[in-house]
Amino acid sequence: MQPLLQVQNIRKTYGARIGCTDVSFDLYPGEVMGIVGESGSGKSTLLSCLAGHAQPDTGAVIFDGRDTVTMAEPERRMLARTDWAYVHQNPRDGLRMGVSAGGNVGERLMAVGARNYGTIRDTATDWLGRVEINADRIDDRPSQFSGGMQQRLQIARNLVTGPRLVFMDEPTGGLDVSVQARLLDLLRGLVRRMGLSAIIVTHDLAVVRLLADRLMVMKGGHVVEQGLTDQVLDDPQHAYTQLLVSSVLQV
Amino acid sequence: MNAPQKNTTEYNFAYLDEDTKRMIRRALLKAVAIPGYQVPFASREMPMPYGWGTGGVQVTAACLTPDDVLKVIDQGADDTTNAVSIRKFFQRTADVDVTERTADATIIQTRHRIPEAALTEGQILVFQVPIPEPLRFLEPRETETRKMHELEEYGLMHVKLYEDIAKHGQIATAYAYPVKVEGRYVMDPSPIPKFDNPKLSDNPALMLFGAGREQRIYALPPHTKVASLDFEDHPFEASKANHNCDICGAGDTYLDEVITDDRGSRMFVCSDTDHCRTRQEA
Amino acid sequence: MYVAVKGGERAIENAHAWLAEERRGDPAVAELGTDQIEQQLALAVNRVMAEGSLHDPALAALAIKQSRGDLIEAIFLIRAYRTTLPRLGASIPVDTAKMDCIRRVSATFKDAPGGQILGPTFDYTHRLLDFALMANGDAPEAPRKAAEPAHVPHITGFLGRDGLIEQEAPSDTEPRDLTREPLELPADRALRLQSLARGDEGFILGLAYSTQRGYARNHAFVGELRIGTCAVEMDIPQLGFAIEIGEVELTECETVNQFKGSKTEPPQFTRGYGLTFGQTERKAISMALVDRALRWKELGEDYVGAPAQDEEFVLSHADNIQATGFLEHIKLPHYVDFQSELELVRRMREAAE
Repeated sequence: MQPLLQVQNIRKTYGARIGCTDVSFDLYPGEVMGIVGESGSGKSTLLSCLAGHAQPDTGAVIFDGRDTVTMAEPERRMLARTDWAYVHQNPRDGLRMGVSAGGNVGERLMAVGARNYGTIRDTATDWLGRVEINADRIDDRPSQFSGGMQQRLQIARNLVTGPRLVFMDEPTGGLDVSVQARLLDLLRGLVRRMGLSAIIVTHDLAVVRLLADRLMVMKGGHVVEQGLTDQVLDDPQHAYTQLLVSSVLQV
Repeated sequence: MNAPQKNTTEYNFAYLDEDTKRMIRRALLKAVAIPGYQVPFASREMPMPYGWGTGGVQVTAACLTPDDVLKVIDQGADDTTNAVSIRKFFQRTADVDVTERTADATIIQTRHRIPEAALTEGQILVFQVPIPEPLRFLEPRETETRKMHELEEYGLMHVKLYEDIAKHGQIATAYAYPVKVEGRYVMDPSPIPKFDNPKLSDNPALMLFGAGREQRIYALPPHTKVASLDFEDHPFEASKANHNCDICGAGDTYLDEVITDDRGSRMFVCSDTDHCRTRQEA
Repeated sequence: MYVAVKGGERAIENAHAWLAEERRGDPAVAELGTDQIEQQLALAVNRVMAEGSLHDPALAALAIKQSRGDLIEAIFLIRAYRTTLPRLGASIPVDTAKMDCIRRVSATFKDAPGGQILGPTFDYTHRLLDFALMANGDAPEAPRKAAEPAHVPHITGFLGRDGLIEQEAPSDTEPRDLTREPLELPADRALRLQSLARGDEGFILGLAYSTQRGYARNHAFVGELRIGTCAVEMDIPQLGFAIEIGEVELTECETVNQFKGSKTEPPQFTRGYGLTFGQTERKAISMALVDRALRWKELGEDYVGAPAQDEEFVLSHADNIQATGFLEHIKLPHYVDFQSELELVRRMREAAE
């Protein structure tokens, strides 16, 4: 099987400071990769480089055989609204707060040429249902939604065009614990049912335990350990991973 | 408007110096070559205020030759104050013949209307444009909207139409109704009523759009394909008041509503005064 | 029977005649001469020159007279006139160190070579209405002193010698001309400064003030403010050297701002710059503060969302001729558009019932 995404020697610096360096991995279709580390570990910088939001200094990000680092911006933007999706930590960054829930979900459809109002609306209604938002909220604006609902709406907006790769940046950050659990459950269902490939950045080991097939641990811009999620969490090899795992267990 | 203080004959033909006209013509050529694309140009201060037709006036000045016959309308009428003012400006600075008859004009400068009478090959229609950017009220940043045009990212435009239908049951844009030109650029047709939109497409005349304050020129060459944005199940509709003209009886023209007394009586008359008069005379 | 409204042409002519009469005012009162305006309302003349982007006191005075004292209208007249003037070329940069100063103050040093010269300033006047001016405006003769040799070095030069303030890399490239090319964003600093120099004094003042109140605070000191005349020189290709073509009165403000640096990078003060025609110091200082606020990206500062940091916002709205034109155009008839909205609202109301 061909990898869906090949990440090769990504390095990004800010002046003298290292954002992330020497990052390489392959992601196969249907696979979910978790990236964990504390703040400043470089995991968010890495995600930005992978998703095309930031330009790495060196390295390649090959999606489906094409290097997205060197491709022209129109092509990259086209990817970003078709094959890729990006779930922001703060739903406000990923939603249009002044546009109704239906409009938010419909935007990606319209961006790729959908021109039938009825069909767009039916699809939006279907997706609201899939993320457990009542159909009668379709004309409400996200500002009238709770934090958890906003995040679910953002997920629907991202998945409606059937992307092949989803980037998620702390998708459960900023939510109450009970809300987090429901969202994780929902995400797991969607990922499994749609056979999505995903890269999830988080500092929360519970998120990766539940969602990720594989795990990468970052510290100071470097990958210190990677492997199957259960393996890394149950038998951490690197001292930092051991600390990370034990600090969670103590809580 | 204050009159120019110098003796008018001291100004160059049609006010602008030849270098400036050349600069505008270059922008016009580029605009014609890329229909619907907004070409930046170094708009000059004119002796009328920004927002009062400086873009149109500069385009007209750059196109005008001594043999031209000029018609100027505002809201469809030749006699509205701003139309009078602009017409006088060109009479004074270019000494060209003027007319109120659409058919006799070689250049027509207009604000907010397209004449009812069909335009012909060789005529130029110059639109005054306040905000040339159709995406402006969805995205305030010029740097971002230029990128959206460059990458043909027009999803947001349809989101606006979607929101209209979701909220009002129909597309709630009555004028300055956005169009797509030759399947490529989304364009603001200037604040003409959407009734006029169909006349943009496949028109034998050359249509030029000038936005002075915003420093943009764009164009529709003759016979350009122009489609008003819509949904398959909510198609564009060129609507008007459901009346006939109370003066000439026309049922197919855009109408002004005139309140005739303080008890709410009203009548409807052609907005295109030349068209209405021509029909009365016929 | 209704007849379509006519008479636009006559209405305009009558309005113009009335305006001319109102401009003159009571004919029993002596008419104001443009020389009087130039001499006695010199600061108004200066503002019109600065924002009109044309250094010609006599024409500015005429514009003020014609506009009945409405300075934005006067600036507009000058701008429209400016349109008809050919652009012959660019001067070589004026050397403000060679300015014949009538005023020169520094807030950062008590004294400096060249000295502090207060000059003709309102700064330390008591703002009490002087009723004597209603009767008789004769002024007592001010004390005089022979002019000193012209070269007055810049205060920031002293800081620069010790590396205490950032240096702008010298460049011989001719900046783009905002009046001959469309403003394209992002703009470089030269273009931003041009835009600010002709921008509305009130708008730039408000923005500058907002930076002082914490919306992108940049800790400005007036390193130096100087007002005086400078020679304008131009390279004449036929001659092969530069000759003086005249002189202009200028106000220059250099601010010394928030330093940047780190443990390893020796900290340096940063700069803001303002240069305007005539004696227009409120404008020049405001310009320097806004210039500094707009430089956040190049100086590696955070964007805090302050209006004064937002280049596109500032440059798109600083020009009062653009602003007033567009604002006032809503007085023009819009009945065609309004009619189409009216029809739409009626139709939607029908559908809603």
